Formats: sequence, structure tokens, C-alpha cells
Amino acid sequence: MSTHGINIDALQRRPWDTIQDADVALSVEDLSLSYNGAPALREINLRIPRRRVTAFIGPSGCGKSSLLRCFNRMNDLMDGCQLTGRVLLEEQNIYSPEVDVSQLRRRVGMVFQKPNPFPMSVYENVAYGLRIQGMNKRRRLDEIVEKSLRSAALWDEIKDRLHENALGLSGGQQQRLVIARTIAVEPEMVLLDEPASSLDPISTLKIEELIYELKSRYTIVIVTHNMQQAARVSDMTAFMNLGRLVEYDSTDRLFTNPRQRQTEDYITGRYG
Amino acid sequence: MAEPSGQGAHISGQFNAELDAATSHMLEMGGAVERQVLAALDALVEMDSGSAQAVTESDAAINAMEVAIDDECFRILARRQPAAGDLRLVLAITKVIIDLERIGDESSRVARQVIALSEVSDTDPARPWSGRIANTVINMLRAALDAFARRDAQAALAVARGDETIDQQMEGAMQALTAIMRRDPAMVDACVTAMWALRSLKRVGDHARNIAEYVIYMVEGVDVRHTELETLLDWLPEREQQ
Repeated sequence: MSTHGINIDALQRRPWDTIQDADVALSVEDLSLSYNGAPALREINLRIPRRRVTAFIGPSGCGKSSLLRCFNRMNDLMDGCQLTGRVLLEEQNIYSPEVDVSQLRRRVGMVFQKPNPFPMSVYENVAYGLRIQGMNKRRRLDEIVEKSLRSAALWDEIKDRLHENALGLSGGQQQRLVIARTIAVEPEMVLLDEPASSLDPISTLKIEELIYELKSRYTIVIVTHNMQQAARVSDMTAFMNLGRLVEYDSTDRLFTNPRQRQTEDYITGRYG
Repeated sequence: MAEPSGQGAHISGQFNAELDAATSHMLEMGGAVERQVLAALDALVEMDSGSAQAVTESDAAINAMEVAIDDECFRILARRQPAAGDLRLVLAITKVIIDLERIGDESSRVARQVIALSEVSDTDPARPWSGRIANTVINMLRAALDAFARRDAQAALAVARGDETIDQQMEGAMQALTAIMRRDPAMVDACVTAMWALRSLKRVGDHARNIAEYVIYMVEGVDVRHTELETLLDWLPEREQQ
């Protein structure tokens, strides 16, 4: 179509159609999930781009956390959980029998709503995953601990308190410590389940800034109740409701001109 | 009036009320501007410099409305962080009031030309073309504001296409004025002044077209500025209702 300098085809194109196969870190295919027969996720299909931030939003109980937990098989831990469909991490189905789940969870790290540092020193918290992997060279551990704490924007604040108990840190510091612990083992993907919802606004902004920094190295998926947070930090946003994926699009598009009425109602505060 | 985004009410009734208020203030400003254009037209037809003077003085009220509505919109943006249709509504209002204010300026310009014209002529040499053009642009302005109030993108598209009529009428007016000047060189001053008035009236139509484009943006989320509207006719996306 000819216009004055405007490419209508480009306007029409849905951004998520333009995610190239080579840019897909994780791909969800016909995924359904139920707990003791009660469906939690219904035929989800979506592709998570590599080294981008993807946000899942939706009302409580919409399935966004359940979906997130499928990405590192956290749902395996729940009784009565049944799953069909496939989740491909770098083209490998993470639900196939040959997958080593602890290896998977090293590749796909997870941070929860409530900061959960281990009751040990700051240093040992970050070194924990590395020690489990059998690394015990002090110099190497020191290096990685420092690098991880720097990446988590925490080093300057606590470099003199590395051997104090992590439970003595503030909530925001604890959450960044947990992120440092997660990235110390160099995962490919970091899942964040409401990572800032127990934090004050300043700590929240620090976490958001951190997410922005981390996306140059990791694929990040964040579940959040806070729509403005999704709008601020993510590149792609998925809106879910009643276990279904209602709309998945670039964050720019979804927050300015969603295609689905349900999405519009939810993000403008008309969801009742 | 309809709910702010032409759909269900917000969980926050106060937010609803704020969007409603900004919309109706914008439409009130539109009404005031429309009356100003009509008054300028009357002054032109009657060649009445007294009422023309009144038109130039009504500008201040319209400017004040623009500032107040802008302020309202800034507050909504800061405090509510509107998204999607609500965001487009607020942005559309902030843009529409700029065009409304400029329509006010153009009416003042027409009125000033009337004052100048009344010193050299008893009648408007561009009659009846000036009246036709004024009617066309006033109808465009009304239709654009109606389309805003009803959130009707198709109606807005029709307004944006009203341009063609004005172009034809302007051509007719220019031919008529040129003929008068050839016939009677003493009328050159009056005809040139009339041309300036016509040009300002035409500008009103341009601003009405802009308003119509913002309505399309508000309703469909598509920015159609600087776009051949015909190419968009088949293209306006069907909004899904479920």
C-alpha cells in the first residue's frame, strides 16, 4: 500500500510474528496443565524470545505463575499435577524422560516473591550453587561471587558484609542477593515470580533496573501483578485469563492498542 | 455521555469521572470555537466591523480553556497512568485542543480581515463563495467533534475526506476574485483582503481534518497523519469484541 512515507505493512505486522526462529529461547506448544483434574492452563502456545524480558500479567488465578513454573518443572513437585503438550528449551523438550531436572533448574533459574536467602553468610549464599557443582577453588569462587553481586547491583552495598548472615539484609537486598545466587551458576533463563511485590518502591525500582541490565545476558520471564511494572520492564507481554493466553504482543503494542477487549478491560482497570 | 473508552466503567469511579470531565470540557471548547467561527462568518457576511471586533476579543476565553484542559490531562497522566484506550483518549484530547485553539486564531484572523475589508468595501467581494466555504468547514468541525463524542472512526474518516470540497470551492472563489480584479483594479485591495479571509477559513477545515485524524487514532489506535486516507479505508482493523 502506498502512503506518504508510512509503511502500512509494517504497522499491521504483529511484533510477535517477527520473532525469528533463531531468536526463540523457549517455545510452549499446546501446553495444558491441571491440578487434581482441575484445569489450570489450557492449550497455551507462545514463544519466548532470547535475551528479552517477557512479562505475564493477568488476574489472580489466571495461570501465569503455573505457566512460569512449567519452564523449570517446578510443578513436578506438586501432587496430582498433570501436564500435556511440550515446552522446548533451545529446541529440547524439557519434559522428555532423558532430561535431568536439576540440570534443567541450573539452566532455568527462579526467583520467588518472598526473598528466600539461605540462613548462611552472604558469600555462601552466592557460592552455594557453585559448591554443589563441585567448585571449591577459593579464588575462582571469590571471583564469581563478586561478579554475581556486581551484576545484581549489590556489591557496593555489601562488599564489607560478605560474611554476615544474609538474613540480616533488608528485603530489597535479600531479593537482589537471591538474584545474584541465581545468576552465579550462569543460567540461560531467569524466571521471576512477583520479584518485587514484597518490596518498597525504591527497592522495586532497583530490581527493575537490574532486570534491564540482566537482559543483555539472560532471557527473563517475569510474572507480575503490577501492570505498570510489566509496562516498564518488559519487551513482550502476555495477558492471561482463566488459564488461557488471551493476548501476546510487544509491550508497546499491548499497552497502547491491545487487540482483545478482555486485555483492554484488564489493563485499563475495567476488569470486575 | 458514553463511558470514557466507549466501554464498561472503570473499577475506579473517580477515574471514570476524570476522563468524562476532560472529554466534556474538550467538547465544550469545541462548541465555543464553533460559535466563534460562526460569529466570524456572520461578521463577514454582514460586513460588520463591530461584531468582528467582538470575535477577536473572544480568543482569550478559548486560550484559557486550552490551558485548563491541558492541565486536566497532565494530572490524569501523572496520577492514573492510563493505558490503551484511556491513554489514547487523553492523548487525543491534548492534541485536539491544540487544533481547536488554532481554529480560534483563524476565526480572529477572519474577523481582522473583515475590519480591514470594511474600510475599503461595503460588501465581501468573495460572496457567495466565502459563505459556502465557511459552511463546509463549520460542518467539518461539527462532524469531527461529533465523531469524537461518538467514537466513530468511519464518520471521522468521512470528515477527513471533506478536504476535496474545500479545494473545489477555493478554486471557484479564486477564479471569481481574479475576474473582479481584472475587471476593476480599484477592487484589488478588497479582493486581496478577502483572499486572506478565505485562506483562514480553509485553515479551519485543515484543523477539522486533524481533529478527525485524532479521532481515528483514539478509536483504532492507528496514526493516520500524513497518510492517503483512501489507502486506509479498507484497512481500518476490525476491533475484536470478545
